[in-house]
Amino acid sequence: MTAPETSEPVIRCKALYKVFGAEPAELEVDGAGAVDPRIFARDGVVAAVNNVSLSVRRGEILVVMGLSGSGKSTLVRCLSRLIEPSSGTVEIEGRDLLAMSERELIELRRSKMGMVFQHFALLPHRTVLENVAFPLQMRGMKRAEYVARARKMIELVGLDGKDNNFPRELSGGQQQRVGIARSLAIEPDIWFLDEPFSALDPLIRKEMQDEFLRLQSMLGKTIVFITHDFDEALKLADRIAVMFNGRVEQVGAPGDIVLRPATDYVRKFTSDVPREKVLNAGAIMDPPDGGELAERSVRAGERIDAVAEYVLGERRPVAVVDDGGKTVGVLHRDHVIKILFPRAENSGETP
Amino acid sequence: MREWLARGMPPRHRARGVLALCALVALLALLKGAGWMPRFLDELPQHFETADTGGISHNELLPADLLLDRVFYFLLDDLGLSAVTRFVSRSLKELINIFDNMLLGGGKGFGFDAPPWSALLAVAMVLGYALRGWKLSLLCGGTLLYCALSGLWKFTMQTLALLAAAVPISILIGLLLGILAYKRRAVERALLPVMSVAQTLPHFAYLIPVVVFFGVGHQTGVIATIIFAVPPMVRLTLLGLRKVPPEITEAGKMAGCGNWQLLTRVQLPSARNEILLGVNQVIMQCLAMVVIAAFIGASGLGYRLLHKLQALKIGQSLEIGIAIVLLAVALDGLSRAWAEKKRDYTANLPLLARFKYPLLAVGLAAGALLAARYFPVLDRVPRDLAVSYAATWDALVDWIVINWSDGLDAFRYFLILNILAPLRDALLFMPYIAVLALVGGLGLILGGWYSALLTSGLFAFIALAGWWDRAMITAYMVIFATFICVLIGVPLGIWSALRESRASRALFWCDTFQTFPSFIYILPVIMLFQVNDLSAILAVIVYAIIPAVRYTVEGMRNVPRELHEAVTMAGCGRWQRLVQLELPVALPHIMLGVNQTIMFAFSMVIIAAFVGTIDLGQQIFKALSESNIGKGVVLGLCVSFMALSVDHLVTRWSRERRRLLGMD
Ligand SMILES: Nc1ncnc2c1ncn2[C@@H]1O[C@H](COP(=O)(O)OP(=O)(O)OP(=O)(O)O)[C@@H](O)[C@H]1O
Ligand SMILES: [Mg+2]
Repeated sequence: MTAPETSEPVIRCKALYKVFGAEPAELEVDGAGAVDPRIFARDGVVAAVNNVSLSVRRGEILVVMGLSGSGKSTLVRCLSRLIEPSSGTVEIEGRDLLAMSERELIELRRSKMGMVFQHFALLPHRTVLENVAFPLQMRGMKRAEYVARARKMIELVGLDGKDNNFPRELSGGQQQRVGIARSLAIEPDIWFLDEPFSALDPLIRKEMQDEFLRLQSMLGKTIVFITHDFDEALKLADRIAVMFNGRVEQVGAPGDIVLRPATDYVRKFTSDVPREKVLNAGAIMDPPDGGELAERSVRAGERIDAVAEYVLGERRPVAVVDDGGKTVGVLHRDHVIKILFPRAENSGETP
Repeated sequence: MREWLARGMPPRHRARGVLALCALVALLALLKGAGWMPRFLDELPQHFETADTGGISHNELLPADLLLDRVFYFLLDDLGLSAVTRFVSRSLKELINIFDNMLLGGGKGFGFDAPPWSALLAVAMVLGYALRGWKLSLLCGGTLLYCALSGLWKFTMQTLALLAAAVPISILIGLLLGILAYKRRAVERALLPVMSVAQTLPHFAYLIPVVVFFGVGHQTGVIATIIFAVPPMVRLTLLGLRKVPPEITEAGKMAGCGNWQLLTRVQLPSARNEILLGVNQVIMQCLAMVVIAAFIGASGLGYRLLHKLQALKIGQSLEIGIAIVLLAVALDGLSRAWAEKKRDYTANLPLLARFKYPLLAVGLAAGALLAARYFPVLDRVPRDLAVSYAATWDALVDWIVINWSDGLDAFRYFLILNILAPLRDALLFMPYIAVLALVGGLGLILGGWYSALLTSGLFAFIALAGWWDRAMITAYMVIFATFICVLIGVPLGIWSALRESRASRALFWCDTFQTFPSFIYILPVIMLFQVNDLSAILAVIVYAIIPAVRYTVEGMRNVPRELHEAVTMAGCGRWQRLVQLELPVALPHIMLGVNQTIMFAFSMVIIAAFVGTIDLGQQIFKALSESNIGKGVVLGLCVSFMALSVDHLVTRWSRERRRLLGMD
């Protein structure tokens, strides 16, 4: 799941702005290059994307998080140029997206990009099969070929037998799966997903997440994934970008975001996240001290919630080993307790 | 105060505002009564007919008709537009000829002049069955059978040929304009006012410029029909495209659609429902107009009807009227069924099954052709065999005249003497400035300075153009008719809505009646009251009551279920529920119905001029017979402007009310 650090960025944007309700020329930016939202709110202007710079490497899953209205959907729409950014640059595989002609853009979308929409956006007059086949038809594929391919996609998302139903005859979750199948039909290298699992019930959602990870491990696509569910983000993300009022407050590995929040907002945003779900043994171990150790050891990459039960049940510290089996540190019981029950510790200190 | 001017009075001050306005208007009337009103505020110069010369003196301040005349003739003669119109006219004639030949002969196929009625009947029945089922099939079959048996076949086919030419062209133009308006804001902004005027302009006012530009005749009728039927198609296409969620368009783009693909494969299909509704409306409008186009020489059922009506042959007129009504209902049914038809995708059917209806139609038609060889009755019903019951109708009319005329006359005199005449005189007495103050004031209260300027400006045009008194006579008929329609229609709607089964039956009848071409409504009224002033108003009432009923039923039905449950749980009885919940929530929709009633009334009042009125309608008729283009268009605009003012005020109020209730 971890992306190779060295691979080149597939999507890169710099100083991206999208302002609704004003001409770009009228923008005033502060020292850091961001627009002050308070100045605009007065005039009914919304800076939905405000000085965002990001890059996503090949094979990486970048999860974009943030509250409702923080500009997540607008950001991916800029990255796919469904809307024109007010200013800034977007590069896809090193090519300037904003300089592309209409033709090139269409070509790019036909061959490289897929998108799952927040509200499904299925064509109401087409059946499930025809919806999934639609991008293939646009590519000019032969009938027999696209029918076979669409059937395969429908099977992949578990909707076999619904080929000839219309979207209105499906539940919300089923519609979203059609959307997923449609976006996958052309085997895109770059995949945008806007809250794809929000409409699903918890059971199916978990199933779909697992399926998503399985697919990704096989296909290795470059993914921008929007959600506002932290658990989902932690489960899927290589890196997380937290958005607030159009600005990206912090981008980093899940552990970084939680342990080293860059701004107050991120701190508040992550304060309720269970630490044990984010941290792994390696992040909180102490250097080996040569003392007596428990019989079993844990691997440095294992998450705390997975090893806590064993560590807490042990009187002695537990050895932490790397992938090669070499001991790199030890895990103390009280350290784990601190992570699991941060409040208990606080209330002990402050009267 | 600034707020007021921009957006109208806040609701809680409105009652006081309206009171003050009424006081002002009353004061102005009193001033006039006392003789203190300066003449230039009381009355502006008007057209009047000089008896000795028989002509009209142009006495208005704003010689709009002369100006328009000059513009039109400049376009026609100096700019050489007449070459274009002649070309269009000729091409259309060719097109209609093709359909005429197909339906009425000249083809000489299979040894027949034209398809035998029995063959067309078979095809129509299969079509009806394929689209909806046996009910529609019987309706289509029944209609054609009626037309064939009553000796109206030729006229029916002429009307159908006109429709066959007008409908596709209207749809195409409407679709194109709708798409253009969707793509380009500027086009939309230019089209919207034109379309609002077009939709309130009386039918007859359309005919005049068309006659001047294209001459009289069959093809001119088609042109008038097309112009008349295009606006609803544009409006619905635009509405449908607007309603396509942006995400769907984006999904299309992400799938790699080019612009053309996006339009034809994503946006237009997603707007399918509205567009098909537009098609249905086009067909109905075309039929209504094809009847009226008889006035400028379009042949067919309408021409025949006009002919008989002018000769006061009530029985035969009714016979034709029924044919037109049947045709309307059948065409409406067919186009709706086609629009709602579901495609079946599960099918990987064998060839024979997939084409079973076309094959059946061809088979039956071939059978009919063969049979018609041996039984000529199946080809053409000869005149002496035609079933006519006109005599029966005539007898009925005579009977009514003999037995009821005393009662009906008494009723008529009572109405005219005690209600209609006083109302008319009151309106005519009002100084024009008082009426301007009234509509402008209402505009100010409901919508701020823009509305005030719009409404008073539209009325000022009427005053300046010199048609004030005529317009007030039109207004008084509309006011009275609307009053009666609301008085009867709204309670009727409420009563229907009390029970679900009754409500859907009421809506069904509203639907059916609304498909009737408006001209038809004159028939029963003439039958009862002959040709006179009251008949006109009654025809208006019968026609305009439909929306009052329909919108009331719809408004009541659309009250959300949970609200019903909530007030029931709060312990409301049936009556309380009606007063406390349903009426207030349904009121904005009911008011839209009243608005529609007023619009219908304006359009019908002008048609009713056919049975004798002395208002704008009468003058429009005159202008039509004189081919007086400037005068006709100005008169049409006068009617349209009054309607638009009312429409503006009522829809504003209703929209705001809905917003306040949180229903949008
Ligand atoms: N077409 C538009 N015109 C004007 N304002 C818009 C438009 N689209 C989005 N906005 C505004 O931009 C801001 C960001 O919207 P966006 O849809 O990107 O939020 P989001 O993070 O996706 O929220 P959610 O989680 O609810 O989907 C919002 O304040 C929204 O009102
Ligand atoms: Mg969103």
